[in-house]
Amino acid sequence: MNKKWIVPSLYILFLMLPIYGLISMSFKTTNEILGGFSFFPQNFTLENYITIFTDPTWYNGYINSLIYVCINTVITISVALPAAYAFSRYRFLGDKHLFFWLLTNRMAPPAVFALPFFQLYSAIELFDTHLAVALAHCLFNIPLAVWILEGFMSGIPKELDETAYLDGYSFWRFFVRIFIPTIAAGIGVAAFFCFMYSWVELLLAKTLTSVNAKPIAAIMTRTASTAGYELGLLAAAGSLTIIPGAFVIYFVRNYIAKGFAMGRV
Amino acid sequence: MLKTTNQKAWWLVTPVLLLVAFNAFIPLMTVVNYAFQETFGNNQFFWEGTTWFEKVLRSERFHDALGRQMLFTGMILVIEIPLGIAVALSMPRKGPWVSVCLVLMALPLLIPWNVVGAMWNIFALPDIGLLGYSLNSMGFDYNFTRQPVSAWMTTVLMDVWHWTSLVVLLSYAGLCSIPDAYYQAAHIDGASPWAVFRYIQLPKMKRVLTIAILLRFMDSFMIYTEPFVLTGGGPGNTTTFLSIDLVKIALGQFDLGPAAAMSLIYFLVVLLICWVFYTVMMRNEDQ
Repeated sequence: MNKKWIVPSLYILFLMLPIYGLISMSFKTTNEILGGFSFFPQNFTLENYITIFTDPTWYNGYINSLIYVCINTVITISVALPAAYAFSRYRFLGDKHLFFWLLTNRMAPPAVFALPFFQLYSAIELFDTHLAVALAHCLFNIPLAVWILEGFMSGIPKELDETAYLDGYSFWRFFVRIFIPTIAAGIGVAAFFCFMYSWVELLLAKTLTSVNAKPIAAIMTRTASTAGYELGLLAAAGSLTIIPGAFVIYFVRNYIAKGFAMGRV
Repeated sequence: MLKTTNQKAWWLVTPVLLLVAFNAFIPLMTVVNYAFQETFGNNQFFWEGTTWFEKVLRSERFHDALGRQMLFTGMILVIEIPLGIAVALSMPRKGPWVSVCLVLMALPLLIPWNVVGAMWNIFALPDIGLLGYSLNSMGFDYNFTRQPVSAWMTTVLMDVWHWTSLVVLLSYAGLCSIPDAYYQAAHIDGASPWAVFRYIQLPKMKRVLTIAILLRFMDSFMIYTEPFVLTGGGPGNTTTFLSIDLVKIALGQFDLGPAAAMSLIYFLVVLLICWVFYTVMMRNEDQ
């Protein structure tokens, strides 16, 4: 039994080393970092974190990121739910082509869309708003959400729908009152993946914002290059971006693996 | 499941269709516009035909970037898929530590991509980073900002660190769906561990592995942020992958025509490879 843990433990150790490097650096002073390598912080300092939490240009970045990620998750899930239901329950003209077309959008390199997106969202005057980034991230999140939700819905027997209709439920009443609670786990998984991909994406988020909705990830790059490579500050900001993800993943830990496994290819 | 034919289902799909079409169609048309025409601003366009496409397809720069991209994606798939399967196989099915393991393993997936780049940059710095310092003090000559080999090694290692967990999670989900009865039957027949893997576990994981390979292919082929932050495409051009090159041409030099033509070729390459892979996997399914 103990032997079985060797491979996973080594793997996790490998995963944790760079993260440890980042976190330990965030507690060091700039002088110590540039002075040479040390495994543990010699002069333990919280200065980097204090800078981030007291400077609005820093902490607003976190707020901006969280706002557009949440808007994106809400939009994606609310439009993907009925669509996934349609794909899992009905056959209609062009359904397979439509499904594949949706997935092709997941294959479009964001670098291809960066410039056109900038022009499009400038033209409709949404540039530098949270909504612009949230809408842009729908491009790759909606196909993924439809894909995952469709998998979960296909696992629910059709008798559930038919019984409800016989009992006199209208479609929307059935959908909201009975169906959504039944696939709550699936919605959780889909929301998790939306959150994840929107949270980690930078290229589009950076292209579509300048000041008001600038994500934390973009602020990091700029500060690092203009303020003369303050590694400690960079490390502290990076460490803080791990927290929301860790928080969300803890809630869905039992469903993460299931989410993809149930989707159909 | 038996599906009923119902054309009204289109109404349920309409919101998704509109939203994705807005995000996909209009920008794609913009790209197509730039790809076939020359513009000098002021919304004046001159028809160029396929000039840009020929130019891109003939340029050595594009060939090099495409070659590097293929090599990178190939290396990623060859390393990450077997490694992911191996880790998933070695994990126990039950127990209190399993979810702790899964949470820890999923952690790299949730770190913003440029933070991943920055983290590895710090990690690999030759004199003050954990990895760089250890390698150098062990006697290896390692400097990822100067040596192409070190830069490649670091980039590949970073991607393995970042994404292998996805393969682990998916394979693990596939393994968990195998009923105990299968293993008992194999035990009674006296099957070797290899036979169990080859004839029970691998076929059962096929579906999730298809998803894993597709996702890993797409994402590694589109990789931009992590290598850009880590190496900036250098030293020289040695780690300039397709996306990095594209952004350099489009936003750096503002050569919109060639950039748009390159975008379309790039997109078509991804589509084509995904389609071929998907068709091959599905054909085997039928047999």
